[in-house]
Amino acid sequence: MVQTFEPKTDYKVVGTRPIRHDGYDKVTGRAIYGGDMKLPGLIWGVCVRSPHAHAKIKSIDTSAAEAVEGVFAIITGADMPKAPSKLVDLGEGNINFKWASNKLMADDKVLYRGHPVAAIAAVDRYTAEEAARKVVVEYEVLPSVTNVVDALKSGAPVILPDMVGDDLGEDVTNTNMAAHVRHEFGDVKGAMSTAAHTVEREYNMQMVHQGYIEPQNATATWDEEDRIKIWTSTQGAFPARTQIAGILQVDVSRVKVTPLEIGGGFGGKIPVYFEPLAALLSKKSRRPVKMVMERTAVFETTGPTPGARMIIKLGADAKGKLTAATADIWFEAGANPGAFIGPAAMCIYAPYEIPNTRIDGWDVLVNKPKVAPYRAPGSPQVAFAMESAVNELCENAGWDPLQFRIDNASKEGTRRGDGVLFSKIGMQEVLEATKNSAHWNAPLGDAPAGKVRGRGLANGYWFNIGLKSSANLSVNSDGTVQLTEGSTDIGGSRTSMAMHVAEVLGIGAHDVRPTVGDTESVGYTDVTGGSRTTYATGYACWIAANNLVDVLKERVAILWDINKDDVDFNDGVFSSKAEAEKTIGFKELAGKLEDLGGPANSTGSVDLESAGDGFGTHIADIEIDLATGKSDIIRYTAVQDVGTAIHPAYVEGQLQGGSAQGIGWALNEEYFMKDDGSMANSSFLDYRMPTTLDLPFIETVLVEVPNPLHPYGVRGVGETPICPPIPAIANAINDALGKRLYNTPMNAGSILEALK
Amino acid sequence: MTTNSPSKVHVTTTINGQKHELLVPGYMSLLDTLRELIGLTGTKEGCLDGNCGACTVNVNGRIVDSCLVLGAEINGKEVNTIEGMATSEGLHPLQQAFLEEAALQCGICTPGFLVAAKGLLDNEPSPSEGRIRHWLAGNLCRCTGYDKIVRAVQKASS
Repeated sequence: MVQTFEPKTDYKVVGTRPIRHDGYDKVTGRAIYGGDMKLPGLIWGVCVRSPHAHAKIKSIDTSAAEAVEGVFAIITGADMPKAPSKLVDLGEGNINFKWASNKLMADDKVLYRGHPVAAIAAVDRYTAEEAARKVVVEYEVLPSVTNVVDALKSGAPVILPDMVGDDLGEDVTNTNMAAHVRHEFGDVKGAMSTAAHTVEREYNMQMVHQGYIEPQNATATWDEEDRIKIWTSTQGAFPARTQIAGILQVDVSRVKVTPLEIGGGFGGKIPVYFEPLAALLSKKSRRPVKMVMERTAVFETTGPTPGARMIIKLGADAKGKLTAATADIWFEAGANPGAFIGPAAMCIYAPYEIPNTRIDGWDVLVNKPKVAPYRAPGSPQVAFAMESAVNELCENAGWDPLQFRIDNASKEGTRRGDGVLFSKIGMQEVLEATKNSAHWNAPLGDAPAGKVRGRGLANGYWFNIGLKSSANLSVNSDGTVQLTEGSTDIGGSRTSMAMHVAEVLGIGAHDVRPTVGDTESVGYTDVTGGSRTTYATGYACWIAANNLVDVLKERVAILWDINKDDVDFNDGVFSSKAEAEKTIGFKELAGKLEDLGGPANSTGSVDLESAGDGFGTHIADIEIDLATGKSDIIRYTAVQDVGTAIHPAYVEGQLQGGSAQGIGWALNEEYFMKDDGSMANSSFLDYRMPTTLDLPFIETVLVEVPNPLHPYGVRGVGETPICPPIPAIANAINDALGKRLYNTPMNAGSILEALK
Repeated sequence: MTTNSPSKVHVTTTINGQKHELLVPGYMSLLDTLRELIGLTGTKEGCLDGNCGACTVNVNGRIVDSCLVLGAEINGKEVNTIEGMATSEGLHPLQQAFLEEAALQCGICTPGFLVAAKGLLDNEPSPSEGRIRHWLAGNLCRCTGYDKIVRAVQKASS
């Protein structure tokens, strides 16, 4: 039975904006990130990488590299333990150890450009790189497939000959199709044939990267007891441990993962890359080994999110109600299976109530890097297609796009595209807030000569997840509380955790000192991802705090020599039910614990099946230079149902950051792939992410529809905001130019092309 | 540092007000000189090709990407890094403003932004929003959308 909570409003700590606990270390340079790790005797590891996207490895000669003075160890695919095929849920996507291992180090074939073929540990990075250049690899280059259409043609080169694909439940072999799923509800064909208005379009998107500024890194020791210690930047110490143990074929208890501060992830630091390689190099060299990835390799071999081909058809009746929708989507998985077609199917129709729907999704191998989760994986792609098609339907029929969205908005009881029925959701409230927002009611303003302006809006959705989290508390004698929680903190979450505890105990946010635990100091906790952290780990902290109150009631009972059941607790004060004037505050009690049974500790854990869905609507104003095609976002507003904002500044930050990533994806970002499968723009110079100059201030409207599944009403907020920007901008461009773009990026070149 | 190093360069420099005498391998970047030789890891590595600004430091009053400067080049120069920004008086107003405005999420770009922004405010105490955005365009942040960063710099401006 799922516990539900009544909404509250009289919070003391929740909803305030305390300075984050880790902030001082982060503005002074003291904070230790993965790349800052130092150990006595530390040596450096680097990878030797394939220059080809698809090739057979005929031979590897490491003798010249071994001869370089200062080289301690070299590993190749032959040194990788042979991990069996085993599927494990990592919270935001599955992982198969066999493919995960193969992704880190090529076996007999390289499957994408940059695929490691060897790794070298040497006295320092420069020496390791020098040695890496001396490894001689003989390749037999194979033809590459770099898009989903070519990959599924008969006679296409098969990337993984031993992969068994799943075609609607049937095993298929000798194919690049890893999976084909379908969800169908109602009478789709009948409803579509009787629809008064229909629109059908194809949309194409290139791969894009998470673009975290901190490259992947890992430091490892493998000791004489075969215990492996890893220090790394990861979105989840425990899921990292699961992967490392699975790839290295050791028990999880042999691996200790200490998560250091992490410089961004957005999903891309859920999979491990260097951790197992650094461990194997340490085993061979008997020394601690550190690896830090170069930026080109970050682009070429980590992340990205799937490129997509999507065909969508919508049908509506004469009154403006959606009656039917179909979608066929092909996502690029990269060189191993797993392209987020499941989440795409869950998200595509979520903002709308549509009685008859079908979606078919294909997970397709191509000779590109294996995709990793990226902020609402799969959802921004289908949002681009769906929200563009909705606007086109409205334009053709003469309907107002906001009113249409309000009239067709999903609500409690609406069936999602994959069949799930919504509980309490805030889509309608978000759309009403959009309608009432300052931005929507402000004029677009006149463009300067030679330029035109347009406004667009679009919805976005992420389902959010719950899963497992753990937290420990102990009381200090000065009335403060130590909190150790299992979620790595990428954007200020440890302060939100502390605020959960402080709210329960009736103390200040800074009376709680939060620490992110390692895998030997706190219980299992799933990834910082899926927009689950504040919801699920916050929930675990709330449980731990309530358990602590229970422990402290026993101590008060000793103090007053009464029954524990006769002790009350409210707003930080314990009182006697029998004698109301008998009270003791939390802090005073903390100072007496030494004589009242000693240390007071507690723990809390959760395993939450559901989380509460996240809906948002964005408004984008664009100004386009007709001569150059250059566009500027001149005003931008993100409206979102955030449940309850624990720390509103960091909730706003999630909306602003997600919007910025979506704007970059819409206008500039893409993996520009050459036919041979190499990436032509693998640097921050050429992979053009938004800078300060490219963005306006991003306005936020926090709609708070408390989530009944969380004690304080928290709803995950991190991922939804990357979904609306791409279609909002496509709709704004159409508003400005009367031309609709069906492919990303919608850069100056494609705008000029459309104007021809 | 490396056993295969060619000649090392004798460097005398002042870093955050403290004098250092170093033997720097000729090929070593200022970034690695700071991080590996001196142990000042507050300056971050993001791309090693001068496009992200995470390694921004101040050399003789000018902000530079330390990954594009050789350690040997700082001989006789004055280098200031994130570690030198707070004083015994406390945080620099920019650091305080970044905390109060929640201008950081993951924080990896924060040292570079702070050093770059200080380079602006040292010379122009009251820059416009446009000037701030122009000045900071060489520093990438992927978490915040820059909104709260620009606001924090505005707050720290006089």
